This record gives sequence, C-alpha cells and structure tokens, in this order.
Amino acid sequence: MEKFTSHKALVAPLDRANVDTDQIIPKQFLKSIKRSGFGPNLFDEWRYLDEGQPGQDCSNRPLNPDFILNKGRYQGAEILLARQNFGCGSSREHAPWALLDYGFRCVIAPSYADIFYNNCFKNGILPVILDDKIVNQLFEETFVSEGYQLNIDLSSQTVQTPSGESFSFEVDEFRKHCLLNGLDDIGLTLADADSIRSYEAKRKETSPWLFGVVK
Amino acid sequence: MKPRTLYDKLWDDHVVKQREDGTALIYIDRQLLHEVTSPQAFEGLSLAGRAPWRLDANLATPDHNVPTENQEAGVEGILDPVSRIQVETLDANCDKFGIVEFKMGDSRQGIVHVIGPEQGATLPGMTIVCGDSHTATHGAFATLAHGIGTSEVEHVLATQCLIQRKMKNMRVEVNGDLPFGVTAKDIILAIIGEIGTAGGTGYAIEFAGSAIEALSMEGRMTVCNMAIEGGARSGLVAFDDTTLEYLKDRPYGPKAEQWDQAVSQWRDLKSDEGAFFDRVVKLNAADIKPQVTWGTSPEMVVAVDAQIPRQEEEADPIKREAIERAYQYMGYKEGLAITDIKLDRVFIGSCTNSRIEDLRAAAEVAKGNQVASSIKQAMVVPGSGLVKQQAEEEGLDEIFTQAGFQWREPGCSMCLAMNADKLGDGEHCASTSNRNFEGRQGQGGRTHLVSPAMAAAAAIAGHFVDVRDFVRQQS
Ligand code: SF4
Repeated sequence: MEKFTSHKALVAPLDRANVDTDQIIPKQFLKSIKRSGFGPNLFDEWRYLDEGQPGQDCSNRPLNPDFILNKGRYQGAEILLARQNFGCGSSREHAPWALLDYGFRCVIAPSYADIFYNNCFKNGILPVILDDKIVNQLFEETFVSEGYQLNIDLSSQTVQTPSGESFSFEVDEFRKHCLLNGLDDIGLTLADADSIRSYEAKRKETSPWLFGVVK
Repeated sequence: MKPRTLYDKLWDDHVVKQREDGTALIYIDRQLLHEVTSPQAFEGLSLAGRAPWRLDANLATPDHNVPTENQEAGVEGILDPVSRIQVETLDANCDKFGIVEFKMGDSRQGIVHVIGPEQGATLPGMTIVCGDSHTATHGAFATLAHGIGTSEVEHVLATQCLIQRKMKNMRVEVNGDLPFGVTAKDIILAIIGEIGTAGGTGYAIEFAGSAIEALSMEGRMTVCNMAIEGGARSGLVAFDDTTLEYLKDRPYGPKAEQWDQAVSQWRDLKSDEGAFFDRVVKLNAADIKPQVTWGTSPEMVVAVDAQIPRQEEEADPIKREAIERAYQYMGYKEGLAITDIKLDRVFIGSCTNSRIEDLRAAAEVAKGNQVASSIKQAMVVPGSGLVKQQAEEEGLDEIFTQAGFQWREPGCSMCLAMNADKLGDGEHCASTSNRNFEGRQGQGGRTHLVSPAMAAAAAIAGHFVDVRDFVRQQS
C-alpha cells in the first residue's frame, strides 16, 4: 500500500448525497479478476452515455458532458469532495479500487458508510470527515475558483485551503499509523511473524493432524 | 476456571496475540478458496512479492461458475468467456503458488462447503475461513468458521491470521422430537422466522438441544449453513459421537494414534455447564411444520399450511413496506395460500441441501412419481462429484430421471445463477438453496426456499403441497 503523508492536489466536487457503491462501480464489472483497471469504469453510468460492458475499451465511448469528472477543469483531480453517507450499499471492495485506479487518494465528506470507510484505509485512500458547514464552504470555493487545490496533511490531521485557512479532522490512531507508514494490515500482521511462528509451532505439537495433510 | 461456551473455547485456542485496541490476531487453520473472491487476493499477493504463509492450510475448487452439464469438457466447456477466465485464473493461481485444487473433471470437485467436510479438510476445533458467507456451514463440526472479504482472503494467504474482534454468544436451543416429514431445513427456516435476518448480527450462534443432537451431520450442516441468513457470521454445533462417526476415515482426517489423540481433544468441544450466553432462544421441535418462504428475504417464511401474511397485519411501517415490495415483486394477491402458489421450476442443490442425505430424501418422494407437466424444469444438482457417485451407486439418479428430473453435475448452479442455470423473468421456483433475494436465481425470478422433500413433492404436484400429506397418501 502506498503511504499517505501529505497530499496537495486538485479537488473535484461530487455534489450528491448517498452515493452508493453500485454507482461508484456498477455490478457488471465485478466479474473481473483484477484489483486494478476499474478506473475507466468509475461512476460508469453517470460518466458515459452508453451502457458499459466489462473488458470494453472506454476511450471511444460517448462521454456525458454534464458529469463533473468530465469537465476539463477537473482533469487530474486527486481529491474527491463528496456529500453525506458516501459509499453506502454493497460491501464491494471494487469501489475503493476504482477510486484509487482513477487517481483519487483522498475523499472529503461529512460522513461515510462503515464498510466503505474501512475499505478505503485497506487500500491507501484517506477518507476525511469534516463538518457539514465546512464541506459546504469547500464546495463553494471549489466551484468559484478554477484550479482549486487543497493540502491534506495526515500527520497534523489538517486540511488547508489556498487562502491558508486550516481545518482539523479526526482519525483513528491505528489507522493513521498504517497510512502514514504505508503499512497494510498484512504488513502489520507480518510484524508479528514471530508470534505467529511460535503459535504455529505449539499448535503443531498439540494438534499435529492439522499440518502437512493437504498437499 | 470460569465455564466457557464452545465459541469461547475456539476463540481462546486461536489467539496469537491480544492487542490493546480490543482486536486480536487469530490463527486460521484452514482456508477454502474458489474462483470468484480469490483472484484479486492472489494478485495482491503477487504485487507485494509475498508467498502464501502455509500452503497446506489451503484447499481450492471452482464452483460458482462451473456449468452443470458436460463437465468432462473441463474449463473449455464453459461457454461464457468471463466465467471461463475466472475458473482459468483460479487454476493458474493454484498451480503457480502450489495450492491443492480440485479442478473441473476431478471427482472430488464440488461446492467448497460440501467438499471440505467430505475430505476431512474440515475438522473439529479448527478455525476455517473462505471468501464466501456460507462458510458458517463448517461450524457443524464444532469449528469456528466464517466468511471473509477479498482483502482478508489475501491477509490469510499471507499471514495465516486475521485481525478480529470477539463476537457475543447466542444459544439457539431446539428441544423435543422433530415431527414426521420435518427436516433440518425446516428447523433453520423456523429459527430465522423467529429471530429475523438481523437477529444474530454480532453473535456466534451455537445450535443445541435434543432436536439438534438428533440430526445427522448433513442436517447440522444445513442448519449452520443458514446462520448467516439469521445475521450471524458463525454457527456452531458441539462435538459428539455423530461428528466422530462422520469423520472416521476421511482422506485428510487424522489416522491411527493421531486419531485417538484428536478425539480426546475434540471431546472438550462443547459449552461448559453454566457457561454464559448473551442471548438464548428456545424452540420446540414438535411445533415446527414444513416451511416455505413466500417473500424476498429468508425471514419471510411461514408453514406450508399457512397463507401469505396480509400487508395490513404488519404494524411496523418499515416491515410493512418490505412486505408490500415483496408482494409486488412476487406478483401476489392478498390472502393467497402457500399451496396455491404455482411453480415453474424446481431446484434441488446448493451448499445448503445437496448432500447425499438430501438427495435420498428427495428421491424417496420422487420414486415412482412424475414431475407435473406444468413444471418447465426440475433439476437435481449434487454438491460434489463424490456425492454424485454415491447417489448413482444407490440408483438415485435413475429414480430422478425416471420421474422427469434432470440429473446434473456438481456446482453452485441455480443457487445464484452465475452459470447457465437461471430462472426466467417472473418464474416461481421451489429451491433448496438459502437466499430468496430479488433476482438471486435470475433477473425477475421468484424463489421459495424449502427442504429437499418439499421441493420434490412440489415438483410432482406442480404447486406446494404438505409433504406430510403427500407421503401419507402414497403409503
Ligand atoms: S451454493 Fe450458493 S450459497 Fe452456496 S457457495 Fe455456492 S453460491 Fe454460495
């Protein structure tokens, strides 16, 4: 997993509440065997005018000119500004995979669905929670000033606007530690490899029939 | 020592490290893998340059996408190219990493939750995981078994552990003798009807009581399988002589002195007298009748002799809305009797009810009868190649085909319709599977969950009948 320390990037505003994971990545793409490559199908139904099929080349598909991510000024955005209950619905891990593959490293919203929130951390995306009022203000500023960038600093837990205004956010210590150091759960568990090995050795002694049979 | 529940014991036995934040590192003894939820896990492993922690802890088989006809053709026989790639990917990953896989064409191939116990890869006292919510099935063997997501599949591959928080304890006690014609499937459907689909959320459920003790291992697996439909990630049954008999001489089970050593450990796999349960639910077996789900959630279930609940009878507005939606989706009129529901298809199979005992129960009803002419398709899909072989040795396949049922090859099949076996729009199906969600068996399809005997009787009558009357009339 890629580290997340601080990130200064262009913001794209997705002004809708209750965006569910089905909208983030529609179900026909779940038959894929990959964790990557979902970027072109992120928000597929909103983004294109035709119906997307798995494995299709998206470069020639008709774009929906009204969809925010299709506007020239938001190209290259790496921070997604969103509304409440973002990522609700099915537990598919394909949703954060698609956001990441598209290029988003951070989402800012007033609230998230639980599973999606967890899944973000597992995939190196920082989901920032800010007060409704502040999110409103950020939406307005993004709309009025082209090229609007935010600086997200995880160590100090702050979001800084171009005018120098700074907002702080909460994040669980353990998750912060993992993101800052680019540790995925696996990396972290492997830090306990010795404990696992000694547990395993004991288990082999007490229940030897559980080992070496399926081979 | 404080008396402990079976779940407490299994948990304590597997704690590698307790962490300060309340989570614990839990050791996993066995992981079962299939083609749908594993490809990204293997990819993640490769990308990180990691190898599986312990190869012999894993066992893989394709099941969700496999066709139920022409399996001799192997992977080449899968017509849907996207499905084929998923199965090919599993084969390639297992070959690459050195994980044992029962490939298509291997007689041991089948639904993951059928082959684990069949091979003795599921043993008492284990922790078992799989990227599939019906992993709860294995709890019938006094194992701590539950479904996990794709990131966790990778986590277990790489570390043989999971980061978990302990669940609460629930005991569901079913006492008394099960009436004639009533089966394990009816018990679990009745339990879900009682506690609801979220009733077990946050709990590990231990199923106990004399009616559970009297069940075969097949029956106990059926009950644990649907723990998840009651909201619980894990279902459990204590170890006893029934468990022991089932496990003797299984290929991956302990042999010789190890067997004796194992059995003496397994004897302790039960809740201690006086152990604390956060919640206890009691049912009387004598009150359970054959069950039929009428709606689009497993908790929408009634006895076969009942009518579909009337919408205005539900006081809770959220539930009433769900009932209204189900009425609409299922195309009902008010006050319809369950026995008046006309059926289009019948599916006997899935990890809930595709074991030999299930097929025997269905064959007993089918024997000497004919599937009603109004039924478009009645199919029997054994849970594994070995179940299929045994059924054929017993002549069950002939009973089925003579009665007009299709005798298919093993896999998940119409349980979730990822292969070619599907319901058409608006069709009603009597199914021995575990989920009756909208579109589960095909877009617009209408599923009714029942026991194998009830499904077979419905196939013959063309509509639901009380299997108890049916059998009485026949004899
Ligand atoms: S039979 Fe159905 S429920 Fe069981 S593993 Fe297969 S798809 Fe899942």
